[in-house]
Amino acid sequence: MNPLQLPNQPGVYFVLAAFLLAAGIFGFIRRRTLIGMLIAGELMFSAASLNLMTVNRFFAPDPTVGQIFVLFIMGLAAAEVAIALSIIIAVYRNYRSIHSEDLSDLNG
Amino acid sequence: MSGSFPFSSYLVLAVFALAAGLTIAGALIAALTRRIIRGVSGLMIACIGLAGLYYFLNSPFLALMEILIYVGAVCVTIVFGVMLSEPDEPPRAGTRRAAGLWAAGALAISAAIFWGVSFLSLRGNWVAPAGRVSDGSIRAIGVGLLTTYSMAFELISLVLLVAILGALVIARSGRAKV
Repeated sequence: MNPLQLPNQPGVYFVLAAFLLAAGIFGFIRRRTLIGMLIAGELMFSAASLNLMTVNRFFAPDPTVGQIFVLFIMGLAAAEVAIALSIIIAVYRNYRSIHSEDLSDLNG
Repeated sequence: MSGSFPFSSYLVLAVFALAAGLTIAGALIAALTRRIIRGVSGLMIACIGLAGLYYFLNSPFLALMEILIYVGAVCVTIVFGVMLSEPDEPPRAGTRRAAGLWAAGALAISAAIFWGVSFLSLRGNWVAPAGRVSDGSIRAIGVGLLTTYSMAFELISLVLLVAILGALVIARSGRAKV
């Protein structure tokens, strides 16, 4: 395979998306603060977007559909970040901590 | 892509390698570092690399949106969250051996998922389309958003409104108690 044709091969983008998903899952297991887990979740969102865009570029008959889907994913990710950060700040006000190991009480 | 400029195909390959390398390096920084602010910076780097990859996937509009929304809005919001809570992870409470086992388990799970997903997507029987219905330009995206996907577009705006109101309500409660 000619390496000059690498940007036009779908396999490169598939492997990159799989790497982003794996890095997100590794971070999600490994990080011990809520904000770190949120960042890892954003990496997983990016993996899904990159996968959709790859299929859209190489294998979809209508190339606008994937772009619109990825725009919706970005909007949902923005909403999710706003909600998650406000929950994290509320948790920090109550517990004085955002470490996932400290948050072990339920209080109704 | 091979214009009259000398070595233009090599330049294209170099820019592509830069985008892919930025994505990988940013994801590694975001997943591996201990400080949260470095994790946010890693996420920014990964998003800039992703914008370059979107450009190579024939979508300059999404490359612009990626930088605008992720780098400009999401990462800055997370930085505000870091400012309002605490900046560092504590040292792990358990023994060093337990931490090593935990890291090995996480590494095994993520390596298995990486291998499985890339194996499935590389071995998949993907069929190239016979023809393209549209050209995927910004004009086609706008027409699609206002005709076929107008309902989903309105629902996204409703979701964003509810998310803003909910974030205000959740972050406001408990402020009087402190």
